[in-house]
Amino acid sequence: MRDPRWLHPGAWWVWALGMAAAASRTTNPLLLLLLIGSAALVVHARRPEEPWGRSFSFFLRLGVLVIVVRVAVQVLFGAAVGTTTLLDLPGLQLPVWLAGVRLGGDVTLESLLMALFDGLRLATILICIGAANSLASPTRLLKSVPAALYELGVSVVVALTFTPQLVSDVERLRNARRLRGRRTTGIRAIAGSAIPVLEGALERSVTLAAAMDSRGYGRRGTQPPAQRRAAAALLLGGLVAACIGIYGLVSTGSPALLGLPLLVLGTVATVGALALAGRSRVRTRYRPDPWRGPEWLVSAAGIVTAALFSAGAYLDVPGMMTAFDPPAWPQLPWIALVAIGVSTIPAWAAPPLPPSASRVEPVHVPEAVAA
Amino acid sequence: MIIFDDVSLTYPDQERPTLSHVDLRIPEGELVLVVGRTGSGKTTLLRAINGLVPHFTGGTLTGRILVDGRDTATHPPRELADVVGVVPQDPMSAFVTDTVEDELAYGMECLGLPADVMRRRVEETLDLLGLADIRNRALRSLSGGQRQRVAIGAVLAAHPKVLVLDEPTSALDPGAAEEVLAALQRLVHDLGVTVVMAEHRLERVLQYADQVILVPGDGAPVLFGAPEEMMRTAPIAPPVVELARLAGWQPLPLSVRDARRAAGSLRDLLVGQLPRLRSVADSPAERAGLDDLTVRYGTTPALRHASLRVGEGEVVALMGRNGAGKSTLLNTLVGVGPQPVGDVRVNGRNPRDLAGTDLLRSVGLVPQEPADLLEATSVAEECRVSDRDAGCDAGTTRALLALMAPEIQDGIHPRDLSEGQRLLLVLCIILAARPPLLLLDEPTRGLDYPTKARLARVLTDLADAGHAIVLATHDVELVAEIADRVVILAEGEIVADGTTAHVVTASPMFAPQVSKILAPSTWLTVRQVAVALEETEAAG
Repeated sequence: MRDPRWLHPGAWWVWALGMAAAASRTTNPLLLLLLIGSAALVVHARRPEEPWGRSFSFFLRLGVLVIVVRVAVQVLFGAAVGTTTLLDLPGLQLPVWLAGVRLGGDVTLESLLMALFDGLRLATILICIGAANSLASPTRLLKSVPAALYELGVSVVVALTFTPQLVSDVERLRNARRLRGRRTTGIRAIAGSAIPVLEGALERSVTLAAAMDSRGYGRRGTQPPAQRRAAAALLLGGLVAACIGIYGLVSTGSPALLGLPLLVLGTVATVGALALAGRSRVRTRYRPDPWRGPEWLVSAAGIVTAALFSAGAYLDVPGMMTAFDPPAWPQLPWIALVAIGVSTIPAWAAPPLPPSASRVEPVHVPEAVAA
Repeated sequence: MIIFDDVSLTYPDQERPTLSHVDLRIPEGELVLVVGRTGSGKTTLLRAINGLVPHFTGGTLTGRILVDGRDTATHPPRELADVVGVVPQDPMSAFVTDTVEDELAYGMECLGLPADVMRRRVEETLDLLGLADIRNRALRSLSGGQRQRVAIGAVLAAHPKVLVLDEPTSALDPGAAEEVLAALQRLVHDLGVTVVMAEHRLERVLQYADQVILVPGDGAPVLFGAPEEMMRTAPIAPPVVELARLAGWQPLPLSVRDARRAAGSLRDLLVGQLPRLRSVADSPAERAGLDDLTVRYGTTPALRHASLRVGEGEVVALMGRNGAGKSTLLNTLVGVGPQPVGDVRVNGRNPRDLAGTDLLRSVGLVPQEPADLLEATSVAEECRVSDRDAGCDAGTTRALLALMAPEIQDGIHPRDLSEGQRLLLVLCIILAARPPLLLLDEPTRGLDYPTKARLARVLTDLADAGHAIVLATHDVELVAEIADRVVILAEGEIVADGTTAHVVTASPMFAPQVSKILAPSTWLTVRQVAVALEETEAAG
């Protein structure tokens, strides 16, 4: 029996992004549905009973919405593909300068299928991201950011804890309005409570800042100012180089030197700057999440899935892209099936969750009086 | 350990100094209690110890403050973090992370302690403060006492030599307060930590103090000395000291135990007398009624099958642990919160059907944060708006305020009032519509004894005038002072409902100090004893 522990959130994200990359390589609805199934299986097996753990169902609903919108857009505005007309909507002749955009008109089976598959692909990508969201604790992920980005991490954590407090403030002030005999709904009620809510938030942030200061946040490091400036310059330069590099890779017709070499150079400079800046911090980390066997297995599962799908698409394995003109029943290519099998590995490979985290704690727990 | 050397502090935009010429020498390993009226500068004194004043608040500080040899003038709070740990008034507002274990480690992470040291200290702190069972819990899901202990543990894990606490037990029920104080005791005795703490509820903490700092306010000199000495003349004193002053006991007892030893003759003197109680009509007209009421937040029940009746002219106190359902009960009576199952009546009507002036004229609630109800930029404006809301004659609210708090000026911004004054202003706003049922949620949090006494008088007068009053509170002394009946809630159920003397003397947790000293008779307050003694003297 393996010890229950949290898997490194980075591993979950590598796995989920691998799944998303795999989904982007196919339009085969059967494969996409299998990918969603695989994500759902893993989430079901290793999802913690925490607020963020419940976000998967939200992403499932979002996926359905994406498909519906995609199909609706196709029906209303898309150019007709194929000849199997299902429905003839009243069309509207648009002026010449809007050529290519169409309103209404014939709805064909082929164009519907195209939109459906396209929407399903987008939905699958979203659902994979959602899986990572519900499997990996956002605060644990922030603990793993490089030390140089620590301030950024803290502000995100503070924002995350402020939002629920803001919601309860609004609720409290709404009740207060009722106690003074005012209306609690409508624009004026909302406007009336906006200023006190903001005031409260501001006051709380000052209190929090004082508390963080008295607990040692931002103690002086030992790094000389020259070195700090060098790190900042290196970071800025590296990021600019990386941006130009990406542009060079994506755009056609730019010199080859502008592409990959510059991207590599920029990345190296950025990583170096982060390491340099991180060295100066006084700060240490309490119980950083370890990266051990299960982390390797989980992230490898994601990478292998993405690689197999990419290979299948590159080699034009029949069935990776589904024909919709004329419509044909999608095939199931073996390479993709193997990949989907691999993608479910985390459901077993990830360690079980710590027991206290997988139990729902009621909010109003009365304190046991110490005997 | 802590040296104040001729320290004066003036905040910007203020003419008079908040602290003037303070000289203190606090030795290592002492538990020092800072005592003073609201707004006297207690918090300023505490925050000066780690340099938050003036580094964070602004202001001019003259003189020198040395903590473990470090001058706060040259060391901002973050550079003192390894020596001084500060636990603020509301622990929730100062939490940086979201789980117990991470919060304990946060301070050490900032100080750059090695990972293995942090790991060991977190485990030690979890044991020391009894937090091991809740180490993975989210901070938001904790009860008040647990939060306070986590906040103490969070600064303690960094092993500071000085621990500064601002009102650590004010918001806690008696049981949770005892837990926190027991933890502090252990720190002072076993680890030699120097503890400096401000607290209004002297009855809870005075017996533990080694030294007392008395901050009289208004720039008067700060006094420092042994508790017995300081309490002899202090303007604020817990009931045990008031009783000792009344009976003339020497030396002055500070704990119930010492007072009981001295109380023999007083007990004999009072034999055959009974406390004078406020008379309430036998079967008063019903003002509020609950029948088999259940309220749920989601799936968590906050009230279960509660039945209660409150009559005209009655004062009923709701007591119980944090989260026992007291606030839910009050909210239900004004029609706020989730839809209840069961019957709620306020003057015979369902409060959910009432709104606007109708609601104001049948029930009023002073919430836990009275400031939520204030919105105008001056007291005069606030009173005008209140008259309009209540539909009463212009000037009604102002006249009430003049009666209850004559010192409050018209032009002042409600935010600049003291906590107690703000409470009285909100009370006047609520009373402008003359609601027959008045509800108060934790009215004495952060109030000093004189303000509390004033509130008690106001509430008693209102009850005599026929208002029915229900208040939720942890303050056993206030309950003893004004309540006719006490209702105790536990996990949403009503577990006791009876006359004050009967209910509070039944449990040491809820008993006021006077009743503990004079048990087994049922005297509850110093005032009752004083009246009885006067009558004895007049008769003899």
